[in-house]
Amino acid sequence: MNHSTTTLPQLSGPSVSRQLMCLGSLLVLLLFWPWIAPNDYLISVGGTFFINLLLIASLNLLVGYTGLTSLAHAAFWGLGAYTSGMLSSMADISPWLGIVCAMISCALVSIVIGLPTLRLSGHYLAMATLGFNAIFTVILVGSVDWTGGPNGLIGIPPFQLGELDLSAPTAFFYLAWLFSALVMSSLLFLARSRTGRALQAIRSSDIAAACMGVPVLRYKVSVFALSSAIAGLAGSLYAHQNLYISPDTFSFSTSTILLVMVAIGGFGRYWGAFYGALLFTVLPELLRTFHDLELLILGAAMILVVGFMPSGLSGLPERILRRWSR
Amino acid sequence: MSSTIQIIISGLGTGSIYALIAVGFNIIFKSTGALNFAQGEWVMMGGILAAFCFGNFDLPVWQACILAGLAVALVGAITERVLIHPLLNHTPFAITLVTVGISLLTKSLVMLGLGKNPVGYPGISGQGFTSFWGASITLQTLWILGITFILMILTHLFFNHTRWGCAMRAAAANPGAAALVGIRHSRVVLGSFIIAAGVGGLAGTIITPVTLMSYDSGAMLGFKSFSAAMLGGLGSLVGAMAGGITLGLLESLVSGYVTSQFKDAVAFFVLLLVLVLRPQGLLGKAEVNKV
Repeated sequence: MNHSTTTLPQLSGPSVSRQLMCLGSLLVLLLFWPWIAPNDYLISVGGTFFINLLLIASLNLLVGYTGLTSLAHAAFWGLGAYTSGMLSSMADISPWLGIVCAMISCALVSIVIGLPTLRLSGHYLAMATLGFNAIFTVILVGSVDWTGGPNGLIGIPPFQLGELDLSAPTAFFYLAWLFSALVMSSLLFLARSRTGRALQAIRSSDIAAACMGVPVLRYKVSVFALSSAIAGLAGSLYAHQNLYISPDTFSFSTSTILLVMVAIGGFGRYWGAFYGALLFTVLPELLRTFHDLELLILGAAMILVVGFMPSGLSGLPERILRRWSR
Repeated sequence: MSSTIQIIISGLGTGSIYALIAVGFNIIFKSTGALNFAQGEWVMMGGILAAFCFGNFDLPVWQACILAGLAVALVGAITERVLIHPLLNHTPFAITLVTVGISLLTKSLVMLGLGKNPVGYPGISGQGFTSFWGASITLQTLWILGITFILMILTHLFFNHTRWGCAMRAAAANPGAAALVGIRHSRVVLGSFIIAAGVGGLAGTIITPVTLMSYDSGAMLGFKSFSAAMLGGLGSLVGAMAGGITLGLLESLVSGYVTSQFKDAVAFFVLLLVLVLRPQGLLGKAEVNKV
């Protein structure tokens, strides 16, 4: 799906070092959350925020930067969670190794799906990933002996550092912080690198990019694999944070909602992932008593943002500044 | 033998429903280039509105079905005018994303307005069975086959033998040239939303007596039919019919003879196979450009 007109490519803008400083100070500020948060529950919500940040930033890399729509991001999240969870609960493999296995399995599956469909232009990847997510959910629910079926997988061990149990809210918060700090700063460099520019070229027009000597298929498949592998990392973290996973979490509708979050944050905007992740984390907490309203709000927000505010929430400050300075 | 016939006929029944929904997908794909995520929600809405009319206004089932179909067509029209028409840019990608929003919105409004419980009502001619070479078949399945057949013929006649239908085809083939001869593209998009929603809504009203309907059944129906549309070739009416029937038969054969546990995966497995082996679909023309 070509959507070069949806948002403008961010070739200009603040320099890498300035953005890196912003990211650094934001991450340092976030480190203080466990001191500010009034209770353990809110600290664990903070850990969840970082998992969501990984999910939405990686989907943004694919959809926003490269212009490829995946509707299976929740499935890759789940594939990571189940790979790591099953390996550690059934085969006694260390969760740390589980992370690696989760990322590798996600990358491999995405290459298998991506190689045939990414050759085709248009929305064929969207369709293939849609099919994959549906099949994935059916398999999770159906193979009861392996995955626990609709009841979910229980008895997943936590991350351990020597004797320290890292599923405790504060410890897990710092672990998730570390992983998302690593990924987010790498993504910042990636977006501004030669590869990042190639991805943006592919988004604007893959034919033009191919003419400029960009190996389009190789880049598309690699970025799909990278994005899925990060989702797998998020899945592994999720499994060892909650120590329980169930198929509902990774259904097709979650994939849709993740896409909505990327759109609301702003397609192809680095800081959009932060807004998206914040909303994805906070909205269910805020609407605890009005749970039924969540879909309504998300649907309306999606239409408003895509239709009338293409740069999303992260473009809002700029728009306001521009209006002010006029 | 009789069980085989029963399986085949029930497959034809669900297949017809997929075909009808796939027609809706195709019409909107043709006119806007977008994948309409709200298609399945309209089907769900049709079933639930018909149940509402049947339960609250004491209408006969067939009247409730027609009323619900018209209401969903109206919803389609309003959706297009209020949400699609004013968009700043009409790229297929933007419209696709907006329909994602529309599907969430439709689903939640139906849930908030008409409740979360699955609904159902008796078939158009009651809950009777008929026997056919030893197999017992619900009368509603026969109705589904008949109504699908008639709707397909009507759609064919509309697109090939009426002024409006030809105008819509022209606009789908070449919007610029069609605009030059005075066909308004925005009207064509409006028309396609009305037809797609109406046909989808009707499909929902006739399947509800067989499978029941709840606010969250739309997505599954929608995406299976979407696989059907892909299987037949995206954008082709005959393809939608062929794809829908093939998929319905496959699904019912697999759940009858192989496994019913993984029945829901059949449609999507077919989708992946088609994408890999023959992306233009069984009947589609090869217009996919490889990069």
